[in-house]
Amino acid sequence: MCDTCGCDQNENPVRITKPGESNQDHGHDDGHNHEHNHGHDDGHSHEHNHKHAGDSNKRLIRVEEDILGKNNLLASRNSGFFEAKGIVALNLMSSPGSGKTTLLEKTIQRLNGQRNVAVIEGDQQTMNDAERIDRTGVPVVQVNTGNGCHLDAEMIHQAVRKLEPEPDSILFIENVGNLVCPSLFKLGEQSRIVVISVTEGDDKPEKYPTMFQQADVCIINKMDLLPYVDFDVEKAKQYARTINPKLEFIELSAKSGAGMDQWINWLLALRA
Amino acid sequence: MHELSIATSIVDIASKQAIAANAASVSQVELDIGTMSGIEYGSLEFALTVAVRDTPLENTEFVINRIEPLCECLSCQELFTPEGNYGSCPLCGGNTLEFIRGKELKIKSLLVD
Repeated sequence: MCDTCGCDQNENPVRITKPGESNQDHGHDDGHNHEHNHGHDDGHSHEHNHKHAGDSNKRLIRVEEDILGKNNLLASRNSGFFEAKGIVALNLMSSPGSGKTTLLEKTIQRLNGQRNVAVIEGDQQTMNDAERIDRTGVPVVQVNTGNGCHLDAEMIHQAVRKLEPEPDSILFIENVGNLVCPSLFKLGEQSRIVVISVTEGDDKPEKYPTMFQQADVCIINKMDLLPYVDFDVEKAKQYARTINPKLEFIELSAKSGAGMDQWINWLLALRA
Repeated sequence: MHELSIATSIVDIASKQAIAANAASVSQVELDIGTMSGIEYGSLEFALTVAVRDTPLENTEFVINRIEPLCECLSCQELFTPEGNYGSCPLCGGNTLEFIRGKELKIKSLLVD
């Protein structure tokens, strides 16, 4: 069984596509393999299943292995690659609709070639976000996770091979819109950025503490809408600081441009 | 549902360990899962029933140890049990904490034949 979409195919439905390429068929034919899952191609046979050796032969094997160890190892490999190439990789996470893609579009415009930029877009389905980024003129690949709720280090490894980001560039990784699952999966990023918007509840940090615990920066977006909503900025910050006292905040409106200078200056100061 | 990815990793690691140990079958897998690890226990139990299909762990029993949190205050080194994800140090009021326990996501052992 395929672990992500639950279909009966052994291969993974994750697709990594550049704008202009077809990503329509559910063919599992992107060359991305997950041979570790259920392939039994390692010479392991099942003949042992029917020996019934009896309880007396039971042995306890101490494993003490981190379940996320494999992902963490791949993330470290990605991180090493980024460091060697001088690439600053940033993992952007938020609920769906907080304005991550608009923020990226405006960020790319503002950076205006001061740094090379490349983007990995993560969504369950569609090329929509990659097409929006493609129109800004920077290299982008779309990772469609199928039914998966987060990006993982293996997906980033594959996406980076396809994307081939320039040395010394900033690589934005827009994670699947989800404030829960992405927080557990390191990608090899230098910093984690959580985006919330004032049209959401100001108790988001309290509701989704794991995400805010792991983040380095919290962007509060859509500040232009603050007069029309009940969002209490100080309250949101206070909740978030209780969970993660080191969290930095940047308040901005990607749409109006207010606060964008602080964000751009923060980006330009980053070095791999 | 990141629990399905976690469950798949558990089955993957346990299968490899069982092969490495020349095990005929795996009767039990013991896991340490912290209550602060971001895992929903019910979802993980369900995901494991899906993830073991067509693997050597199809009939394996999974024992999940819930590890309750323990925090250290980074200001005064007091050890205490936090209430939820927040809280401040009961001794000095500081809120820079480190989880000593409660974030485990670990395969502890296998019981094999």
